[in-house]
Amino acid sequence: MTAATRAEVCAVAVADAFRGDGEKLASSFGTVPAIGARLAKLSFEPDLLLTDGICMLLADVQPVSGEPRAEPIVEGWLPFRSVFDLLWSGRRHVVMVASQIDRYGNHNFACIGPHERPRAQLLGMRGAPGNTIHHTTSYWIPNHSPKVFVEQVDVCSGVGYDRAAALGPRASRFHEIRRVISNLGIFDFATDDRRMRLRSVHPGVRVEEVVAATGFELAVEGDVPESRVPSAGELRLIREVLDPAGLRERELAG
Amino acid sequence: MDKRTTVAEAISELRDGMTIGIGGWGSRRKPMALVREILRRPVKDLTVVSYGGPDVGLLCAAGKVKKLVYGFVSLDSIPLEPHFRAARQAGGFEAAELDEGMLQWGLYAAACRLPFLPTRAGLGSDVLRINPELKRVRSPYADGEELVAMPAIELDVAIVHMNRADARGNAQFLGPDPYFDDLYCMAAKRRFVSCERIVDTADFSKHGSFHTLKLNRTMVDGVIEVPGGAHFTECPPDYGRDEAFQRAYAASARDAEAWRAFRAHFLELESEEAYQEAVRAWREEAR
Repeated sequence: MTAATRAEVCAVAVADAFRGDGEKLASSFGTVPAIGARLAKLSFEPDLLLTDGICMLLADVQPVSGEPRAEPIVEGWLPFRSVFDLLWSGRRHVVMVASQIDRYGNHNFACIGPHERPRAQLLGMRGAPGNTIHHTTSYWIPNHSPKVFVEQVDVCSGVGYDRAAALGPRASRFHEIRRVISNLGIFDFATDDRRMRLRSVHPGVRVEEVVAATGFELAVEGDVPESRVPSAGELRLIREVLDPAGLRERELAG
Repeated sequence: MDKRTTVAEAISELRDGMTIGIGGWGSRRKPMALVREILRRPVKDLTVVSYGGPDVGLLCAAGKVKKLVYGFVSLDSIPLEPHFRAARQAGGFEAAELDEGMLQWGLYAAACRLPFLPTRAGLGSDVLRINPELKRVRSPYADGEELVAMPAIELDVAIVHMNRADARGNAQFLGPDPYFDDLYCMAAKRRFVSCERIVDTADFSKHGSFHTLKLNRTMVDGVIEVPGGAHFTECPPDYGRDEAFQRAYAASARDAEAWRAFRAHFLELESEEAYQEAVRAWREEAR
């Protein structure tokens, strides 16, 4: 089997972000996160819940490309009305995309420029404020650049660690940004002051490249390890079962 | 009571400055025939409340919106609604952008006739900065937690589209998701339901189980039979989204000329029947 591609390294990084979640809804936006969530369920987190992307909870794992494996097995019904109940109850881990993110994990996909009159209207707040204050969130950023990793977000849709801390321990007790996964590396917030830290660089990426592509001062501690590469079994699942058409390769910058 | 009415009669109740709630979600089961009728009328300065799709895009492009209360506006298969984007970037209206769950909570508060409902959603984000009228409330219990007091979103008029209804105003959804249509109706003073087909009350059970009877007649003032009334949004199982037409709609946001042509072709027509005829002719031509 050929060596893992960058997209495949990112997919297992997403999968690893779901470790320990158990019986939670794994929500994902984007192709690589969708593969990661499914890979986690097929391997080390079999109790995760997945949706069909509309409002059915599926007991089996469907591929993101190619032919469906069989008629999906519906294990539950999750219309939007129940989605908010579920996410406010905390039994969810979402992987969202970001147009901007800062050193404390404040997130923006609402608009670029001032909110009163944006230069570019994007998705809007969507569920990001409620998601980030109620349950675990991770971010997927396939185009790591100083335009995305910014000193300050134009509008804060997802709550970061400094803003959560300002709310006090009670209001912020469900807040957790577990990982940021980009096309260059994996990041967490495991510093004393909860700043974004370079956790690992993907194979073939140098630390200096990541630092140069980041618009704020990144926490870099000692020798930064390389991101985990998928095992042969994981590669087979990604290539043959989950994404036979290779949609994952189209999502990354470059 | 027979609540059957027409698209024109229902929308004739709208007045300048009213707050209108629109059911459905994104480009899914939207009361588009009723929205198109709003476009035919001079009514203006509306506050529109919506989990937005092309309903919002059309009303923005037509200059009907003074204030928009929303969590997002999307065409689903086209993630960003181009007419809404253009209007936002032109500073065309007041944007009361909320977390999606806060919008539900505001409608639910209005439905329950409460002044507000507490929620954690919005805390720490810029939702509170861009909506400075939103206030916080402290729990009166031992926890003392500070929460957002999401105010009731009271509606003058709600419009929704369902699969089936009877003449008395009971209505049935047959697709996968009921969305928030019952909350829109319960939050409003006047409530209009368009539907694919009006059926005898006794026949609801032939179409779907009793679980699908989401609206009861206390929630509804007028019922309008408009087959295809959600076009070009999806209305399963009756029909899916008209993706080709939606692409043509999205492309009409390209420039003033494209939008003028789209309007002339599909919107500046005397009735919903004329619209549907124009869509049929367009489809024939495209073939």
